[in-house]
Amino acid sequence: MSVLTTNYLTPTGREEAWRFTPLKRLRGLHDGTAVIGDRHSLISQGQLPAGVSFSRETLAPLASSDDIIIERIRGAVSDVAHLSIASNTEVHEPIFLGRGVGAIDSAEFSRVRISLGSHAVATVVIENTGDTVLAEDLEISLAPGASLKFITLQEFDSASVYTARHHAVVDKDATFKSITVTVGGDVVRILPTVEFIAPGGSVELLGVYFATTGQFFEHRMHVDHAVPNAKSRVNFKGALAGRDAHTVWIGDVLIRAVAEGTDTYELNRNLLLSDGARADSVPNLEIETGEIVGAGHASTTGRFDDEQLFYLMSRGITLENARRLVVRGFFNEIVNEIAVESIQERLMNRIDAELERAGA
Amino acid sequence: MSTLEIRNLQVSVNTDAGAVDILKGVDLTINSGETHAIMGPNGSGKSTLAYSIAGHPKYTIVGGTVTLDGADVLEMTVDERAKAGLFLAMQYPVEVPGVSVSNFLRTAATALRGEAPKLRTWVAEVKDAMEALNMDPAFATRNVNEGFSGGEKKRHEIMQLELLRPKIAILDETDSGLDVDALRIVSEGVNRAKENNNLGVLLITHYTRILKYIKPDFVHVFANGHIVEEGGPDLADKLEANGYADYVTK
Repeated sequence: MSVLTTNYLTPTGREEAWRFTPLKRLRGLHDGTAVIGDRHSLISQGQLPAGVSFSRETLAPLASSDDIIIERIRGAVSDVAHLSIASNTEVHEPIFLGRGVGAIDSAEFSRVRISLGSHAVATVVIENTGDTVLAEDLEISLAPGASLKFITLQEFDSASVYTARHHAVVDKDATFKSITVTVGGDVVRILPTVEFIAPGGSVELLGVYFATTGQFFEHRMHVDHAVPNAKSRVNFKGALAGRDAHTVWIGDVLIRAVAEGTDTYELNRNLLLSDGARADSVPNLEIETGEIVGAGHASTTGRFDDEQLFYLMSRGITLENARRLVVRGFFNEIVNEIAVESIQERLMNRIDAELERAGA
Repeated sequence: MSTLEIRNLQVSVNTDAGAVDILKGVDLTINSGETHAIMGPNGSGKSTLAYSIAGHPKYTIVGGTVTLDGADVLEMTVDERAKAGLFLAMQYPVEVPGVSVSNFLRTAATALRGEAPKLRTWVAEVKDAMEALNMDPAFATRNVNEGFSGGEKKRHEIMQLELLRPKIAILDETDSGLDVDALRIVSEGVNRAKENNNLGVLLITHYTRILKYIKPDFVHVFANGHIVEEGGPDLADKLEANGYADYVTK
């Protein structure tokens, strides 16, 4: 592993991967000027069930990265917060991880590993809260037949900057379902990336985001079909309201020549709730073999549907409540997938509050 | 006792080619307990009348008045019109993804009654309304109008009519797309609402067949943006025999 300190690797904003990101607001995470604080904020909440451990270990990275911030994290941090779920362990209740300490006058560089042994089954929830500057290298290792539902909630306070790669390495017949929720922070940039290393894997990357005045949220997927007979689905839904709310969704899916039998579909829908907001949406499907089950993508960006609002209002519902219903309905499809009622309710209330705050 | 009064109503719609006049002076008075059938050919402006009264933003009121018990309906927002006691059963009810029927109905009932209905009585009320219209209980968990068949959409509209208890209801081609059984069930729903709430009904239709189930007190023939002839139920029989040709060429 090499430590990259050279300045020429610092992004300028002209690179494809950085062209949307407001580098000036990253608090030096990308250019090496951030002061790294001695924080290890990720904590486990509640008692861990049998077969599950959470500890700090020295681990080599699972997979290489071409992201400069990930390289900087790896150069600075060798120990990893490791949540490990033993083979054949089925955990029925969600495992909650959260944030203990945060600060914005210094940055936390964090490495996290979640590993599931063969045929382990679990749901892991990470609740990202508070005000913090956090760069995170999070890797997920799924052994053959393992099944993980991975929920990350970016409910940061308004000054936070969070950049992360959530990288899943999916072995034979393993199942990975992630739900990425981003509703808080000043700048949030997440790279949900997936690498299939054996056939038969199945991946669903779901997400919702809601950016209001001044917030920048970027979600940049990369799904690498490098083996035959794997399946991937991507579905992200976003809403924007208020001046200079900006979201970016990039869906890169690569089907390599060897990846026959691939089945993939990616979808991004954005709802622009007021003027002055901007949603960038770029699906990008690269196909190197025709011997596939299916590959497709769709991207839509729209405004409130007047017919929907008219229908609801014609039943006595005020414009404000009609909008709230439509926005909740828009997100429902994915929020329901969380299947943890307390979180769903909290999120819907947050969405209502964001809508109200933005005056949309 | 309520009265919806429409006086010399003129309405235009904006198109790419500019504003087009659709309603050219409509006069109509509907009292509680009365059923008025408006019949006319395609494109005569019947639906425009319905949607203008409900306040659809697509239509521009050029002239005339609409009042409900003296209150100026045209000054009201769409939701205020519903709160005043108007209801429009739509020909093409709109899909609202992610919003369940039960959530929608409860939100609407809360808005119209001014307070959330008590959960226990509300659940029973909805269950009864659904049973009366021969609807599967699973219907309540589906998203509003999403994937509904034509018949399901119309039953859902009439279920709302029964639950929300308006003073005056406009039924815009509620009979279209219904088979004989569904037509009877939906008509019975309208008749229950008339009976239970002394509802005034403005029934818009092309065909006389729904008038076998919902008896009109008055029949109005609509053509070219206004009412061209008025009469009792027997006028419908005349239309059934002769069609609209006489009126269209006038």
